[in-house]
Amino acid sequence: MSKIKVVHYINQFFANIGGEEKADYPAEKRPGEVVGPGMAFNAAFGDEAEIIGTIVCGDTYFNENVDKATADILEMVKEMQPDLFIAGPAFNAGRYGVACGTIASAVQEKLGIPSLTGMYVENPGVDMYASKVYMVSTKNSAAGMRDAVKKMAPLALKLAKGEAIGASCEEGYIPNGVRVNFFEEERGSKRAVDMLLKKLAGKAYTTEYPMPAFDRVAPNPAVKDLSKAKIALVTSGGIVPKGNPDHIESSSASKFGEYDITGVTDLTADTYETAHGGYDPVYANADADRVLPVDVMRDLEKEGVIGELHNKYYATVGNGTAVASAKAYAAEIAKRLIADGVDAVILTST
Amino acid sequence: MVKEIERAGLPVVHICTVTPISMTVGANRIVPAIAIPHPLGNPALNHEEEKKLRRKLVEKALRALTTEVEDQTIFED
Repeated sequence: MSKIKVVHYINQFFANIGGEEKADYPAEKRPGEVVGPGMAFNAAFGDEAEIIGTIVCGDTYFNENVDKATADILEMVKEMQPDLFIAGPAFNAGRYGVACGTIASAVQEKLGIPSLTGMYVENPGVDMYASKVYMVSTKNSAAGMRDAVKKMAPLALKLAKGEAIGASCEEGYIPNGVRVNFFEEERGSKRAVDMLLKKLAGKAYTTEYPMPAFDRVAPNPAVKDLSKAKIALVTSGGIVPKGNPDHIESSSASKFGEYDITGVTDLTADTYETAHGGYDPVYANADADRVLPVDVMRDLEKEGVIGELHNKYYATVGNGTAVASAKAYAAEIAKRLIADGVDAVILTST
Repeated sequence: MVKEIERAGLPVVHICTVTPISMTVGANRIVPAIAIPHPLGNPALNHEEEKKLRRKLVEKALRALTTEVEDQTIFED
């Protein structure tokens, strides 16, 4: 039997092209090449499958040109005629995860080729695509590559062969919302009582119906009179005073910073920079107003369009930062903003 | 972060390039930005034009803050 033909999608980083300075790398087809994590997949496939080509695309390029990048990559996949398409794994890289989810679900839907990706459960690509394409749950950094490949390779082979796919907890993919009817050995009443007894005894138990987490916050009323409003700037783009006095980490930030901008009318290359390690810092370092628009806000303040620009701004680095951390920082920031009489917030993200 | 600030009771507008992520994290007022590494700028323009572009985006964000919304809204224009 001939080997299953696989096309693999990776970003500029895993293709060894470069980091953020190369994130605007357009989609590129490399027939016959096995690149980076593709080697681990090939090894795990053994005699059953092989990678016949790799597609590389920069994360920023993909996300800023979603339609074109998707169309171009679909065309490349079509030319190589694989039996299976694998994207990533993307771990906790947000733009990479969104790219993997987008392209894997597009290949599956538009070309009818079974597809698989993998990422960390907090990656934004999960909420967007987990219901559209199989997504293996991985660790949050590339240190989890071996574990990811070990789970992805067998599932990928099953998909390519059209074999039945078991439940998410057996196969290791992120629950996709599909429910399958089957007969349990024990009846419901007994299972419920067993679960209750475990709960009462403080032991671990697994619910059969996890409650969906609908965490939406209703919009607050609009600002009535801008000319009297005190507006604050907050950013996840890592803008800090030059030298990064609080040592905010370039990824997985453990803190946020509060910075006084009293009298500051313009952020310059000499005074401010970015601490963010998840995008090309050249533009923000040259002029941080491109991320945190202090110059324009000062003009609007002077012209009386807004009442006042709050004299403190808040910044953290939203690069691989845990959702729980971001939540805690923002709750504390909001408390301070309210205590200072701020009426509304402009939050910028990169 | 946007959602937690909103939860605390402050109206907040999110300026970001990848708006689907903003929708996923639950921002209510969203203004699409220019590009990931320079959301409120464009290094291809001269300083004056670039500042004008930034001002337009900030004005759009302020308009979003003064607009009542009932649901997640992307302010395209």
